[in-house]
Amino acid sequence: MSSDSQGKTTGFQLLLAWVFVGVPLAWGLYQTVLKAAPIFN
Amino acid sequence: MFGFLDRERTVAGPGFNRWMIPPAALCIHLCIGQVYALSVFNMPMTKLVGITESVPSDWLLTEIGWMYTLAIVFLGLSAAFFGRWVEEGGPRRAMFTAGMCWSSGFLVSALGVYLHNIWLIYLGYGVLGGIGLGLGYISPVSTLIKWFPDRPGMATGMAIMGFGGGAFLASPLSVWLMEVFRTDTNVGVAGAFVGLGCIYFVFAMVGATIVRVPAEGWKPAGWQPPAIPKKLTTTANVHVNVAWKTPQFWCIWVVLCMNVTAGIGVLGQASVMSQEMFGLTVAAGAGFVGVLSLSNMLGRIFWASLSDVIGRKNTYFCFFIIGIALYALVPQTGALGSVLLFVICSAVILTMYGGGFATVPAYLKDMFGTKYVGAIHGRLLTAWAVAGVLGPVLVNYIRQYQIDVVGIPPAQAYNTTMYIMAGLLVVGLIANSLIKPVDPKYHLAEES
Repeated sequence: MSSDSQGKTTGFQLLLAWVFVGVPLAWGLYQTVLKAAPIFN
Repeated sequence: MFGFLDRERTVAGPGFNRWMIPPAALCIHLCIGQVYALSVFNMPMTKLVGITESVPSDWLLTEIGWMYTLAIVFLGLSAAFFGRWVEEGGPRRAMFTAGMCWSSGFLVSALGVYLHNIWLIYLGYGVLGGIGLGLGYISPVSTLIKWFPDRPGMATGMAIMGFGGGAFLASPLSVWLMEVFRTDTNVGVAGAFVGLGCIYFVFAMVGATIVRVPAEGWKPAGWQPPAIPKKLTTTANVHVNVAWKTPQFWCIWVVLCMNVTAGIGVLGQASVMSQEMFGLTVAAGAGFVGVLSLSNMLGRIFWASLSDVIGRKNTYFCFFIIGIALYALVPQTGALGSVLLFVICSAVILTMYGGGFATVPAYLKDMFGTKYVGAIHGRLLTAWAVAGVLGPVLVNYIRQYQIDVVGIPPAQAYNTTMYIMAGLLVVGLIANSLIKPVDPKYHLAEES
């Protein structure tokens, strides 16, 4: 087995991974909520 | 050279945190979810030559529409044919290949736009992109199920939620990229395709880098498999080449196909429906589509997580029973003139459409075990391809028939369609009720 799969996950790595996908997803969600707003007017 | 893609190189060490896997899966699903937002390119691609308006040498919407159709067909084909390769080669190889296909599909399409050659677009987005879609969709599924044996529904729901979320991201991003690359002589589509291809390549490679498979025999700390397994949950495995010969596979196929057909029937026509039934403005109609997209995404994580508690079969019973009631209610909302009730009914229907996609991998795992679940899931996705044709055809043709032949006003032309969709859900309900545990004669020999 290669060393690339042996490392222990740090809290920083976990945070970084979630931020990497969470920020674009949150931005897309925000844009969609803005687009959806006229239906409630 | 590509040894780092091997399954053996992706086995996690003892200190690996399994919560790294959902973001890895989201990386690839956020990319491929772009397919839901492809329509933002429709109008600009009809003005590539004329720039401000379509001219005779510009492509027609019907020609551009084949991009999406081909991509969905190749999604189904690649998921069905390469499912076993994905399972055996491991998630990193599959995600890497999916990312390469998906990104290069955009680059080839950009060349097609630049040369104004529609066949390059079909080859790029339709064929290459479609293969990337299929491989990317199934690649993290079995890995997530193996990492989260205690909550398989929630785990796959998170990834497949990303597929819904990918459209949220792609739609404004595509519009922004087209603005960036737009000039007086260029509508910016080719530049936007190159930009998307590069961004998605980075995302897919990050996902492929951080994904890991659990070591043989790994279990979550403190978790023990139930001493008495649930009636519909097997501890054995069924080979992918055997699974599709069982009645359970085809019952789940019908369940998925009916649920998706009914959902697509609403999703594809939502904006026009809201405008014709209630006289909403175009902006409000677009807002309605936004509400449905949100419901579609949130339903994926909600229903898939709930299925871990109430069981997959009961979850699909909820979809069908609630769905039948709501589809029957939609025409009444038109008669009552209640926009709010219409929006609520449609939103709940769309949560169940998304929930159907997200819950089905765990349903397959319950019935056929974890060993080949990714490959079996790949073959099941042919139901999506069929539904992708059936749903819009049913809605469009029945609506047109009602208006042209029967002479019904457009505002009421969807009533029959809604009742037919409710009928499809009755078929799904029956198929779901027929699902029983797989006969042990189908289990892999060493485990039966």
